Amino acid sequence: MAAPIAIHLEFGGGAELLFGSVKEHHVTLPNQSEPWDMKQLLVWIRGNMLKERPELFVQGDTVRPGILVLINDADWELMGELEYELQDKDNVVFISTLHGG
Amino acid sequence: MCQVDEEYNGQLEHRVTPRVSKKCVKCKENTAVLIIRAGDAFCRGCFKEYFIHKFRAMLGKNRVIFPGEKVLLAVSGGPASSSMLSQVQEGLSRDAPKKLRFVPGIIYIDEGGASGQSMEERERAVAQLESVFRATNYHYHIVHLEQVLSLPSSVLEAGSSATEKPQTGSSYKAAVDQFIQTKKNQHPDFSVENAQSHLSSLSMQKVENGVTSPITPEHTQALQRLFASVRTLTAKEDLLYTLRQHLILHTARTQGYTKVMMGDSCSRLAIKLLSNISLGRGASLATDTGFSDPRYGDVVIVRPMRDYSSKEIAYYNRMFDIPSVFIPGLDTKAQDKASIQHLTESFVTKLQTDFPSTVSTIYRTSEKLHTACPPQNTNTQPFAKCLLCVCALDTKLEEFSAYQATLISEQLSQRRGPGPGFTRGTEAAPGLPPVSSASQGQCCSSGGGQHQGCMTGEGGCCSSAKEPETVDLKSLLCYSCRLTIKDMTAEDALPQYILSEAERRKRRSQMREEISEFLLDEEEDEAIPRVNGSL
Repeated sequence: MAAPIAIHLEFGGGAELLFGSVKEHHVTLPNQSEPWDMKQLLVWIRGNMLKERPELFVQGDTVRPGILVLINDADWELMGELEYELQDKDNVVFISTLHGG
Repeated sequence: MCQVDEEYNGQLEHRVTPRVSKKCVKCKENTAVLIIRAGDAFCRGCFKEYFIHKFRAMLGKNRVIFPGEKVLLAVSGGPASSSMLSQVQEGLSRDAPKKLRFVPGIIYIDEGGASGQSMEERERAVAQLESVFRATNYHYHIVHLEQVLSLPSSVLEAGSSATEKPQTGSSYKAAVDQFIQTKKNQHPDFSVENAQSHLSSLSMQKVENGVTSPITPEHTQALQRLFASVRTLTAKEDLLYTLRQHLILHTARTQGYTKVMMGDSCSRLAIKLLSNISLGRGASLATDTGFSDPRYGDVVIVRPMRDYSSKEIAYYNRMFDIPSVFIPGLDTKAQDKASIQHLTESFVTKLQTDFPSTVSTIYRTSEKLHTACPPQNTNTQPFAKCLLCVCALDTKLEEFSAYQATLISEQLSQRRGPGPGFTRGTEAAPGLPPVSSASQGQCCSSGGGQHQGCMTGEGGCCSSAKEPETVDLKSLLCYSCRLTIKDMTAEDALPQYILSEAERRKRRSQMREEISEFLLDEEEDEAIPRVNGSL
């Protein structure tokens, strides 16, 4: 049993181009019985937010190689990557490192 | 092992960390927030120290930047160059005795004309970047790519190195000590002088900063015509890179900068290394990906960010609020296989996720490549350098070289059909050896690649005695630049300075041939330019 969760999403490094050039999004994930994890979040983003070219953001189950994910300003590898369970008011950042400098 | 969707269930099991948070491997007290390299977890403070230290260590290890030198920072707005800019600011601001000592300037090249952006988008990006640059208080130059059309042809000449200082540690140390001494002596007036120089630099800023000349739509159209005449994205990216380098070089020379810092990160250099090999630039790998690039002679290109992976840079920028502007380029949203560079990028990044030591392995390999010392006599004939990329020409026609083999197989596989250029009427059989094809007209000699140049260039070129431009360009280029030019349908769309420099070199080599019998028999390397010139 999970109440709807409010998540703050940010996109950077060029990833925002796939989301209508908007960098910050406040979303509310709908109610569902199991807790939301990152894998489900990605599926949700792909279905509801991605305006174009989903293969540039999501690849299979996970994000495309080259996209850095930060959960509450920490590397998601330290939080369990796809298995991490989302809490209310979490801040998830997707930064594309593919466009160099 | 190298399949796309292969499952690594066994290995992934132990990579997923449990809920217990890891401790920083360095200070062992704070919670780690980032994993870099293969498994080192760092906390925020230790990461910042590590990041800053790496930059200064990189500059200190390779002692190429002398105190008081003017250094141009090439900032594209992307994360790596913005990070480099902030590191330079950080390094210059410290009061420690080991602070960096050079005079920085910033250059930004607006490539919107080539990548098809509208004027408003370009102006917006430029405005954003200008506000970032103004906050640094350094001189900055905003240069539009259209200005490449009005460059002088002297930009293609390799200048002689300004100082003949031997690059030994002792001379560097001596220079640093001397610098500190002079600063100490000026100390009482230091603050006044500092303020004065700051004021003068501010007033100069009004004159020097900003756009040097307004851009007319005709310029943009000419530029777009140039890029539209290039067929493949690979060649477009290559050409864009070359033109950008020329612009940066020109600005550095005219404004008196002796060093240019580029923001190439480790990941980007690994990708560049592999794609350069695919593009045929293997001979100049060391200069293209090494720390310092001395090919231009008087201006040395330096890459201080080459030790940072893009993950570290992205994380640092995020954590410490480094402003960077995203500007779409030629290959934004392109398909994976759109160009060689793009394909290599996706290959390396994919491999990196499963094998985190990929990029560092490639990087370490590239570190082992060393630039050969440039020849002592610095007035080496300009014929020995490629017209576009100013690296040594690698197309000397030795008898049994691999390059000869590619030329021959190219001729053999070309079908010679009748066309406007072939007024002789004979249909050449594909198996003709090069000797007899020379009889069909000067411009059809050496290499079937000329074939296309003759067809699309001036119509009656074969029958006229004058040699067309196409031959000149190809003989003056290295192998990979030839491939880029080959992809162009209209070579006369190239900027004027390239075409006029090509003509000049061709005339020079012809003259050299004519007087060759009168030249005294010198050392062997006189023979080399003659071979190139007679192509």
